[in-house]
Amino acid sequence: MYGPVTDWATDLDHADPEYNERAHEIWDQLRDGGCPVAHSDRYGGMWAPLTHELVHEVAYDTEHFTSQGVVVSTGRPMAPPPMGPAPPITSDPPFHQFARRLLLPPFSPKQIAGWEPEVRRLCRDLLDRMGDIVPGETVVDAAVQYAQSIPVNVIARMLGFPTEDEEYFRECVHFFLETVNQPVEQREASGPGLAPYLDRQIEEHRAHPRDDLTSYLLEVEIDGNPLSHDHVRGSMVLLLIAGIDTTWSAIGSSIWHLAHHPDDLERLTSEPELMLFAVEEFLRAYAPVTMARLVKDDYDFHGCPMRADDWVLLPFPAANRDPAVFERASEFVIDRAENRHAAFGLGIHRCLGSNLARLELRVAIEEFVARFPRFESAGDTRWSIGQIRGPRQLPVRILA
Amino acid sequence: MRVEVNTELCQGHNRCYALAPELFDVDDYGTAVVIGDGTVPPELEEKANLAVANCPEYAISITDD
Repeated sequence: MYGPVTDWATDLDHADPEYNERAHEIWDQLRDGGCPVAHSDRYGGMWAPLTHELVHEVAYDTEHFTSQGVVVSTGRPMAPPPMGPAPPITSDPPFHQFARRLLLPPFSPKQIAGWEPEVRRLCRDLLDRMGDIVPGETVVDAAVQYAQSIPVNVIARMLGFPTEDEEYFRECVHFFLETVNQPVEQREASGPGLAPYLDRQIEEHRAHPRDDLTSYLLEVEIDGNPLSHDHVRGSMVLLLIAGIDTTWSAIGSSIWHLAHHPDDLERLTSEPELMLFAVEEFLRAYAPVTMARLVKDDYDFHGCPMRADDWVLLPFPAANRDPAVFERASEFVIDRAENRHAAFGLGIHRCLGSNLARLELRVAIEEFVARFPRFESAGDTRWSIGQIRGPRQLPVRILA
Repeated sequence: MRVEVNTELCQGHNRCYALAPELFDVDDYGTAVVIGDGTVPPELEEKANLAVANCPEYAISITDD
């Protein structure tokens, strides 16, 4: 474990709890203070470009940066390129394109649209389970009782995993993304055993194929050959982990915003047609996902002496708040019409699940404000730790 | 007015399809394609401009003809 950050420009640590609590302020301070790329000796060397232009450049540059590791930690990924441990997000060209192309069809907008009734049912069920609400008195935890259960249930159903294992999947997410600053040996000893869990699912699906993503991965072929076991399991890791706390965070942050901005809540309930733009503005202003790359070989990046195997954080959420690209960048503009936000990344690794994430976010907000047209913050929010930023505890008081 | 998609730049964010489904479609891989020859009727010009202004990859352009 590292100690508290002493200076955000030269000792940046995204796993210091203060980072996600004060992220917007920290990015603005660094960018406006003439530090477009922060650095840290932690994690064996780490850089963090903070402007839209530089984040864009790294995201597009697959020559100098590899995706083999996308979650900064004290260790380095063991699975070799070009596949990496969780294809296609950890894959590099040209292999990346094959691994990605086979997963695109089940996540295309038209396929994902079919999930809307199920997502809506799930949201309503969670709201029902909050029990009797006394307006003005009842406090619910919108992160724990609502946001955290939505994406995990949807992706478990898509993969054909038991939804009763919901809590275990969240434990995995916590391990992979929130314990990154622990020493490697300690992490390896305390892992949640996801690989054997997935192996059991693969065996189960081989014996009893069905219409889900796991069976799809077992049946699909690249150039007439089935996928290797490591490929199947790695893609399952990706779909499970990336499909959970990312959208959970986006839903939570959006509810956090509405709990703190009654004027926006009022507009959203009285002008539901704003949702098309509001969803994108939630995604811009509260983008949950920071990605990462590893430097391939020593490389001078705009005067930054990057060394082979250094980490590079890709804070798309910081790019989304860069005033060089967005007018009123630090404000939430609910009907923002021009919004080229990068919440789902830029370049060849654009989030595979973006259509699903957007559907879940929209339906979750629609259902929450339909049930509770007025609510307010009711205490301290606890934010996540690490590259995925969102509320982990979010008490809100339901109002009349 | 005509819209065009640069399929080299398009990464399947699907913003154009969400904002202007009368002008854009997407294939099974999420890549955007213009409907027909991309001609924009006057009543859809605002939507065409929105699609351009919301593409994160700057993959959509408008030409006057």
